[in-house]
Amino acid sequence: MTQAIAQVAAIAATALFIFALYWMNDPKTARRGVYAGVLGMAVAVLATWVQPEIVHHGWILAAIAAGFVVGVPLSRVPLTAVPQRTALSHAFGGLAAGLVGAAEFSLWLRAGPAQFTTFRTSALVVEVILGFLTFTGSLMAAGKLQEVRWIPQRPVTYPGQNFVNLGVLGAALVLGVLLVLHPTAPSARTVFPVIMGLATLFGVLLIIPIGGADMPTVISILNAYAGLSAVAMGFVLDNKLLVTAGALDGSSGLILSIIMCRAMNRSFANVLFGAFGTVQKVKVIGEQKEWKQESIEGAAQLLEQARLVVIIPGYGMAVAQAQHKVRELYDQLTKRGVTVQFAIHPVAGRMPGHMNVLLAEANIPYTALVEMDEINPEMSQCDVALVIGANDVVNPAARYAQGSPIYGMPIIDADKAKTVLAIKRSKNPGFAGIDNELYVKDNTWMLFGDAKQVIGDLVKQFAGGGLH
Amino acid sequence: MTDYWSMVFVFVLATFIGLGVIRRVSRLLYTPLMSLTNAISAIAVVGSLAVAGADHPTSIRILGAVALFASMTNIVSGFLITYRMLRMFKKQ
Repeated sequence: MTQAIAQVAAIAATALFIFALYWMNDPKTARRGVYAGVLGMAVAVLATWVQPEIVHHGWILAAIAAGFVVGVPLSRVPLTAVPQRTALSHAFGGLAAGLVGAAEFSLWLRAGPAQFTTFRTSALVVEVILGFLTFTGSLMAAGKLQEVRWIPQRPVTYPGQNFVNLGVLGAALVLGVLLVLHPTAPSARTVFPVIMGLATLFGVLLIIPIGGADMPTVISILNAYAGLSAVAMGFVLDNKLLVTAGALDGSSGLILSIIMCRAMNRSFANVLFGAFGTVQKVKVIGEQKEWKQESIEGAAQLLEQARLVVIIPGYGMAVAQAQHKVRELYDQLTKRGVTVQFAIHPVAGRMPGHMNVLLAEANIPYTALVEMDEINPEMSQCDVALVIGANDVVNPAARYAQGSPIYGMPIIDADKAKTVLAIKRSKNPGFAGIDNELYVKDNTWMLFGDAKQVIGDLVKQFAGGGLH
Repeated sequence: MTDYWSMVFVFVLATFIGLGVIRRVSRLLYTPLMSLTNAISAIAVVGSLAVAGADHPTSIRILGAVALFASMTNIVSGFLITYRMLRMFKKQ
């Protein structure tokens, strides 16, 4: 009877999870997706809990209560901290898979050699390797995003780094194969913890050379790993629900990774082993030009006289927490009959969709948020392109400067607008360490300062009646 | 003995369904998508629950309980923050 309950529950939960993701295709139905997900999860948990072999209910209640105590505050972080929260949750997912794998291993050792079939042992090895490397890798990523003091933000590289990294992973895999071949040898008890240790170490080493601009891709890849470790756990425990739900998560991570890689014109391998941001300086083409600075009054006038203004936000907007001021500027301009659109580059920010969420938080209607591919054909109609804390995603060098780390990356064609206004915190080059010729173009005017401050001043110009 | 091929079969089919469904997700919603799939993959909770709650030696149940805590944290924070973000997406 309880067996049948478990089977029916697994089918129902899988269907609900598929619907949950399906409803995410439109912001109008997306909230329904959360209800479906919660329902599916509740069904799955209850059906497992009522199984006769579950006898220690106190332990379960305590662990669930602890999950609520930590989970609720984690869901209330400011939206600028969502990338590190996401990385942290991948870490928890990997940890759960790794620990369950370790527990299963010692259970099998007690139960006898019949447990160690080739298939199950292979799945177990994959589960613990993926689980523990996702755990430490995601912790490192979360630390970098949170700017924890003892984790360097900049990519850290050293000679032979890829050799070391692949060596550690290779050693773990070789030991895994040995374990699969000789699961009952006395050495298995030592080999297994060593595999766990190597995977843990590999996770750390993998993230050390990763810089901020690569985070959207890396978070997506870790997302896929977390899903795949759940799939492996499903193989180990002979549980189809784990396999289906894990596969859904894994395919989501895979698609996001592909989209992010394409948006940077890079391959997976290049992101993980290429150490972006340490690349050589590119020679400046043509004569060195000077910035032209614009005053707040002048910028406000330009904006007011425009018919179409395209705002291009980047990580700088998130850092300055400028999204609410941007909303005020949006209100002031639309009130004056100016059409305002937001051009969103896929890798703007630190995780997929980061800019959309920040702008939605500031109550900007999602109909004003336009993807790069849709806005680019319209850029020649654009009177003013307002760049807020974005840099590499608008750098025209991506189109032709071979040898530049951003060469070939699709960009938002800000330079095709009639006028460009760029807000920049300092006169330093962007993340990739390359000069941005957009800033020295004839029709570009710079506004130096903190994004929140500068936009606040612009809004004051409009609101204070400085302009008529 | 379990039928492993049917497990692999399920995995392949589920991956194709996942790819088909995720491809249609609105680009606006990638951040909430990630937190939602995160909560869903915390289905590891059923594995952790079985390890923590069955009559195993204490040391093993401790591993299970920690895993259960980690999965539960992801379920709670994942669904709540997804809902919180989705509520912000308004048309006008």
